[in-house]
Amino acid sequence: MMSTLLDVQNLWVRFPTRNGVFDAVRGVSFTLGRERLGIVGESGSGKSMTGRAILRLIRSPGIVEADQISLEGQDLMKLSEKDMRAVRGQRISMVMQDPKFSLNPVMTIGDQIIEAYRLHNSASKADAYNKSLEMLEAVSIRDAERVMRAYPHEMSGGMGQRIMIAMMLIPNPEILIADEPTSALDVSVQRQVLDIMDKLVKERGMGLIFISHDLNLVADFCDRVLIMYSGRIVEVCDADKLHEAKHPYTRGLLNSLPRLDAPRERLEVLERDPQWSEAPSVSGSE
Amino acid sequence: MAETQTMREWLLAETPTSRRHAKISALYQGWLSFRSNTMAMIGLGILVLLVFIAAAAPLLSPHDPFVQDLGNRLAPLGTDGHIFGTDSLGRDILSRLIYGARITLYIVALVALIAPIAGLLVGTVSGYVGGWTDTVLMRITDIFLAFPRLVLALAFVAALGAGIENAVLAISLTAWPPYARIARAETLTIRSSDFISAIKLQGAGPLRIITKHIWPLCISSLIVRVTLDMAGIILAAAGLGFLGLGAQPPSPEWGAMISEGRRFILDYWWVATMPGLAIFTVSLAFNLLGDGLRDVLDPKAGE
Amino acid sequence: MALTEDNNQRRPTRAPLTDQVWPFLRTTMLTLGSIAVTLLGLLFITFVIGRVMPIDPVLAIVGERASQETYDTVYLQLGLDKPLMVQFFYYLWDVLHLDFGTSLLNARPVSEDIARVFPATLELATIGIIFGVVLGVPLGVLAAVRKGSWIDQIARVVALVGYSMPIFWLGLMGLLVFYGILGWVGGPGRVGIFYVDVVPSVTGLILVDSLLDGNWDVFKDAFSHIILPASLLGYYSLAYVSRMTRSFMLEQLSAEYITTARVKGMSEWDVVWKHAFKNIRVQLITVIALSYANLLEGSVLTEIIFSWPGIGSYITTALLSADMNAVLGGTVVVGLIFILLNILSDLLYKVFDPRAK
Repeated sequence: MMSTLLDVQNLWVRFPTRNGVFDAVRGVSFTLGRERLGIVGESGSGKSMTGRAILRLIRSPGIVEADQISLEGQDLMKLSEKDMRAVRGQRISMVMQDPKFSLNPVMTIGDQIIEAYRLHNSASKADAYNKSLEMLEAVSIRDAERVMRAYPHEMSGGMGQRIMIAMMLIPNPEILIADEPTSALDVSVQRQVLDIMDKLVKERGMGLIFISHDLNLVADFCDRVLIMYSGRIVEVCDADKLHEAKHPYTRGLLNSLPRLDAPRERLEVLERDPQWSEAPSVSGSE
Repeated sequence: MAETQTMREWLLAETPTSRRHAKISALYQGWLSFRSNTMAMIGLGILVLLVFIAAAAPLLSPHDPFVQDLGNRLAPLGTDGHIFGTDSLGRDILSRLIYGARITLYIVALVALIAPIAGLLVGTVSGYVGGWTDTVLMRITDIFLAFPRLVLALAFVAALGAGIENAVLAISLTAWPPYARIARAETLTIRSSDFISAIKLQGAGPLRIITKHIWPLCISSLIVRVTLDMAGIILAAAGLGFLGLGAQPPSPEWGAMISEGRRFILDYWWVATMPGLAIFTVSLAFNLLGDGLRDVLDPKAGE
Repeated sequence: MALTEDNNQRRPTRAPLTDQVWPFLRTTMLTLGSIAVTLLGLLFITFVIGRVMPIDPVLAIVGERASQETYDTVYLQLGLDKPLMVQFFYYLWDVLHLDFGTSLLNARPVSEDIARVFPATLELATIGIIFGVVLGVPLGVLAAVRKGSWIDQIARVVALVGYSMPIFWLGLMGLLVFYGILGWVGGPGRVGIFYVDVVPSVTGLILVDSLLDGNWDVFKDAFSHIILPASLLGYYSLAYVSRMTRSFMLEQLSAEYITTARVKGMSEWDVVWKHAFKNIRVQLITVIALSYANLLEGSVLTEIIFSWPGIGSYITTALLSADMNAVLGGTVVVGLIFILLNILSDLLYKVFDPRAK
């Protein structure tokens, strides 16, 4: 058993609405070591909310409750907002879906990366600049000096996402949450971005939470997979054994995907069983 | 569906049984969400009251608004028989306010009819026909938008002569361009939609398409805008009245009443204060109503 | 890894000079062209208004008792025998030379009159806009950041009252309370009668002139006179600016890059001011320019209430005495300022938004 970086127990995310309280995440528990953990689910399954709740980024009126979210033994739920800020970026970071929206359009890329670095390191501007250049080169961006002066709208999607990765890894966090990091990208560059991310995460011995709706991608890329359905974890399995998954929802998802090695006349349509959302959450702890 | 269905259930049915049912049901749900907006309901209440007051003015007003009583000039608030006091000619202020509601409603109703219709015409033609017509019409719209509205209205009234009708005309002339813009934008999106192509294939001409299919779809965004503009119209009309360019004496127009009371403001403050409060209340009511309507009809535009 | 193609995408290459200059020239010409058309339209409207006036311009000059001969001479002098389009051309020519004709009231050139009264309006509107922006922008930002809180409610009430209150009435009430009852401020006019024309007029802005002259008494008196009308205009600008700031900020605060900034571990204060606010600067400039233009217009009614000798008073007085040259001159000048402010905000837009290049 590997050392546990993050231990989430009984996590709930609630949103009060006009028609009563909506539970987006309902009692999710899992642990994360220095591994690549995939969270898969359809939109609305609560997978993104889980990622944001760990960083305590759910804004009011949303409510986050958990028995604990402990980062190497320190319970994040008990931290003040100020202490939480020291955790964000420096210890846990996040890459979001679309670099078109997740980079500030009126600041140069250099300013944004330097800012991320200097928030947690008291470095001089020149040092931060050099460090940022290094980091951009680490995500395979050539001509980094020009990119530092450029604005986000001048970048392609693939470059934007690599810049995001550089920016989020520059304070050297222990955990990276990647929330659909390649869904907005061209298929042709998805793999490159994933490889770069993978390389950096491995080199630094980080834990990665990879949130995606793409079952095949997660099976390929992660070590372990949590399958979420309507706010709960319905199944946990090792990524290489995903095709042996037992839960009918996972099976349904697998069967609704076209496969080259097993061509079929018609793909199956997922039949939903209301019982799935009633059943208690499976624990994703190791 | 059970036969013992209540009216409410029928209105809230998830699967409408006819197109009319669907329409009425949508209206009812809009009304429900509007009703939960307290401020908007207050606004609506004030306006309903205003219409009632204007309609029943002769019954409600304690005095004739035009009868002068020079022996009882500038009587203070709470004077026997004159709750709001009297003006410089001894006329009962309350009665004048009540009759003034008619003028305010008259002006607002006329402008709210003329300006959006003119804007709708210009906007839909411009958007539907396109090309040079569009360029020319939009250029004209821009020119009118470039003018400061009150100053333009002033210049118009100066040219046409003072009076309520001319004030209405002047305000309408300065109010139509935004409606034209909205109607054009809506037309452009509707024009390229599939159902318009389908209607064209059935042989409908431009006139039929514009009047039967484009206009009805522009209405809801125009209504929101008109309601939000009502307050501005009232304030503009009052401003013209205040300058002596709107309703002429002895007409009990609220802006003109303030202008009259202005001369005695330091000693007899209520003469100018009361009509001002009336203007404020009514335009506030329109603003509250407009905000509420926008939330119901056009949720995207709300903050 | 083959990353090169991606790196080459959308690279802002240095194009040959001509390629950079031509689009620039083209947009500039188009902008200038549309400004010219707008101006022409504005002048045409004022011209038409002047022609449909139920006042005989000749009679207005020569008087009721002039002989038919004099009447005819003046008629020809004014070019009234020419076709309408020719007359419009004459009118254009004059306006381009800043000649708005002579005022029928005091027989002086209208342009001189306007140059004399305009600084008073400028002074009033400028202090008003400063007031509105300094208070309105922070109020709008706070209202957005603390949406639904008491400060948001205050911002809402401020805006509602501003949108619903007749400005001339609020001005009267202000005079009644702060001048009539409390005596805290000076009354109508720019300065008390003892201080009229005491300091030499250099800029026409009396606060500046009195400072240049070192005359503190005049400055204090002028300040006590301007504070009430300027706050009044400022209040209307505050209502508008704060409301717009709030809705711009709400839009930005829900953007994804704000989450990025929070993920980085920034304090909420920095997230709001360094990230979100930077993104609304451009929109704010437009709103402020528009609000400033509206203040120049709003000053028409305010100036009357406070007997402020500015362009608003000038136009209205001229209007009531059927001095059409003065009315049209004033209208053209105000319209011009409107257009200029629009152009200015467009230009600033291009400076502040990296995407607009």
